[in-house]
Amino acid sequence: MAETPSAAPSYQGTIHERSRRLMSAWYDSLVRAGERNEPTAYTMISGNCVEILRSFDIATAFPEVNALQLAIRKQSLPFILKSEEMGYSSDNCAYVKADAGFTFSGGVGNGAPMPAPRLIVCNFVGCNVYIKWFEHSAKYLGAPLVMIDVPFLREREPSADDIRYVVAQLKDLIGVCESITGRKFDIDRLREICANSARAEAGWARSKELCKARPAPFDAYFDSINMMGPINVLRGSPEAADFFDLAVAELEACVARRQGPLPQEKFRIVVEGPPPYPAYRQFRDLFAAWGAVAVQSTYSTVGGIWEWGFRHDPRRPLESIAEHMLLHNLCNRSLLDRFAQIRRYLEEWQADALVIHSVKSCRLFSAGQGDMRAHFVGERGVPTLLIESDLEDPRYYAQAQMKNRIDAFFESLEHQKLTGSLR
Amino acid sequence: MGFAVSVPLPISPPAPGLDRSVAACREALAAGLSAAARSWKERHEGARTIGCFPVYSPAELFHAAGVMPFGLLGAGASIEIAHADSRFQSFVCSIAKSSLELGLQQRLEGLDGAVFHSICDVARNLASVFRRNFPDRFVEFIHFPQNMTSGSSLDYAVSEYRRVLENLVRWTGRDVSSEALSGSIRLYNRIRGRVRDLYDLRRRHPERITAAEIYLLVRGGTLMDPADFLSLLDEALPEASRRSSKARDAVRVVIEGAFCEQPPVELLDVIERAGCYIVDDDLLIGWRWFESDVPETGDPVEALASSYLHRSVYSSVRHDPRRPRSEELVRRVRESGANAVLFCPAKFCEPALLDYVLHRQALDRESIPHLMVEFEEKMWTFDRIRNEVETFVESILFE
Repeated sequence: MAETPSAAPSYQGTIHERSRRLMSAWYDSLVRAGERNEPTAYTMISGNCVEILRSFDIATAFPEVNALQLAIRKQSLPFILKSEEMGYSSDNCAYVKADAGFTFSGGVGNGAPMPAPRLIVCNFVGCNVYIKWFEHSAKYLGAPLVMIDVPFLREREPSADDIRYVVAQLKDLIGVCESITGRKFDIDRLREICANSARAEAGWARSKELCKARPAPFDAYFDSINMMGPINVLRGSPEAADFFDLAVAELEACVARRQGPLPQEKFRIVVEGPPPYPAYRQFRDLFAAWGAVAVQSTYSTVGGIWEWGFRHDPRRPLESIAEHMLLHNLCNRSLLDRFAQIRRYLEEWQADALVIHSVKSCRLFSAGQGDMRAHFVGERGVPTLLIESDLEDPRYYAQAQMKNRIDAFFESLEHQKLTGSLR
Repeated sequence: MGFAVSVPLPISPPAPGLDRSVAACREALAAGLSAAARSWKERHEGARTIGCFPVYSPAELFHAAGVMPFGLLGAGASIEIAHADSRFQSFVCSIAKSSLELGLQQRLEGLDGAVFHSICDVARNLASVFRRNFPDRFVEFIHFPQNMTSGSSLDYAVSEYRRVLENLVRWTGRDVSSEALSGSIRLYNRIRGRVRDLYDLRRRHPERITAAEIYLLVRGGTLMDPADFLSLLDEALPEASRRSSKARDAVRVVIEGAFCEQPPVELLDVIERAGCYIVDDDLLIGWRWFESDVPETGDPVEALASSYLHRSVYSSVRHDPRRPRSEELVRRVRESGANAVLFCPAKFCEPALLDYVLHRQALDRESIPHLMVEFEEKMWTFDRIRNEVETFVESILFE
């Protein structure tokens, strides 16, 4: 007897639930560290060096993750408004504003939801706002700021001098961690952590690779956030590596039974830009309604680009951490490098179209996306949709307008498909 | 009508040297970047030019390589944005769009290259957009160190400057000697020294030189051969020092936040006419970046790199834990004898707008009055700003 559709396992398998549990456990560990007065740190997502903090067992919080969680729970606006009262401009990054508002609303500190950091590690990896954000955090929370200045990728590869500079700063950071924790740096522990990182990275890369299948076994934009927590926040832990091993097994099973996130994969798209977290579900539904599945996304590579083969290397831990920060993440690469990344995604993942979600908050992503559209439409003939809202501030998301734009785009795409004019 | 409006403007017989220099700069500015670059190239056969986007650019490296550096500072009100709006969104600053528009409208003829720096996310992406849209031009991107205190920072900064020099040598086919670079450092040191003198004069005697004059001088200098500019400054400075003007009863203000995109010169006039003396500012700060001379002995690349780490002014685009910017702003206010601060960020300028928050807190702690005056390079009505500044001036004068 044929199985009823409801009896089929969800394409998500256990991934979503296990990711949720892992992230909850991480959050609990932060709270516990705060309660026990153990050292905690702040750092950012893009090309971070969490491996080093992990080697000292420093519980690490990521203000970006906190900000996006506020947005996805629809709690960000009051904090944004509070920070605007403090003098932040409506034109400033709303991640920063939500975080500042949250901090000044009692969100950080003794007995608060988030422990105050003992150390702030500014991984300046592309995003200039990181520097300002952490300058503000350091001022507000009275924590020392360690700057890891990562030279932007301005040639094809980072130079030996670039790598030496970053490694030297990582050694400076190690010295600070030793002094804060009272523990001696253990290179073997770091090697072990880098090996865990590499295993998680291989799993994440394989998961992305599986999206070349038709249908793709998961949505590489919307579902990626379930994987981005483990890869960017928990990277280096055995739990994160195990998470990806199991994820790959489940996704391979999805591919084998030709199961994807939607009943029918009608359009394969590549998505550029962060999602509108305040309207995540509504936004996703607008694409699902057209049977559009993201087979690749640039946002999922802000923390690291693993699909081209880079892995942390336990044999040369500091150098490979430096190389990750310098070269193997989206944020430290130029807009033209991003064009090339998207071209590869479109071709190798056989996508029908490019969707650019331009967010006001993040100029690293958005500045120049009109030129990106000009390139893909004018020079590559790729159907491209450019839509605008924000990743944190719900005031910039207009559902009706968004629906009109997306519907019009896919109507046209459908017509092209029917007439055979879609490449 | 407020009290401040009735404050008479300085009326003094214009000093010929200063006036002539300012007029020459005004003329260069009116003619524009392309005209300046073309005219310079006509006089220097086979030589090349480069446009330096704000904030600071190590002009000496280009100058020594025989590539004349000019300021690529947007287009002000001189251009209608017809194409760049489709490349950069509505929330991106004007200078990025108008600089691109100049190129898209073929109004950067005479400029063989452009250099951008790690000052903000927009400038970084603009470098890519330039590269794609103007493939026949040399486009460089310099990542300045943001870690001023690591033992490795100097080595990195030196390596970055050597990388730029190597690219210049590859591009021009000409070697750059240490002697040439030392000569360029000496020349730019003289210029920065004269400009420091001008600023110092204005701090002491703001009645002798207006904000518009000093701005036009420095701005004009970004469109000239530095040797010519030095001559203009040499002509202007002594006369400005001797100028006799009656001091007004005005509020002495520091302008902060206008370090990248530049306001229309009318805005400076409006602020001074509304009852202020601008006694210090960060306009065109990149072109007067060092607080003291770059060493003229020893390895010139190292001297320039080390100066970035240790002789730079404080700036929104440079992280320096040794000298937090808000403390430096307070110091600037005290040292210039200012009564107040006017924050003049360009609209959508993320670094300036983020710094505003901490600056504001620091000034409040120090009981220094401040006013936010946001501008766009293309603005053309100033009534609202004049009213705000007049009200602000009155609130201080009648406190």
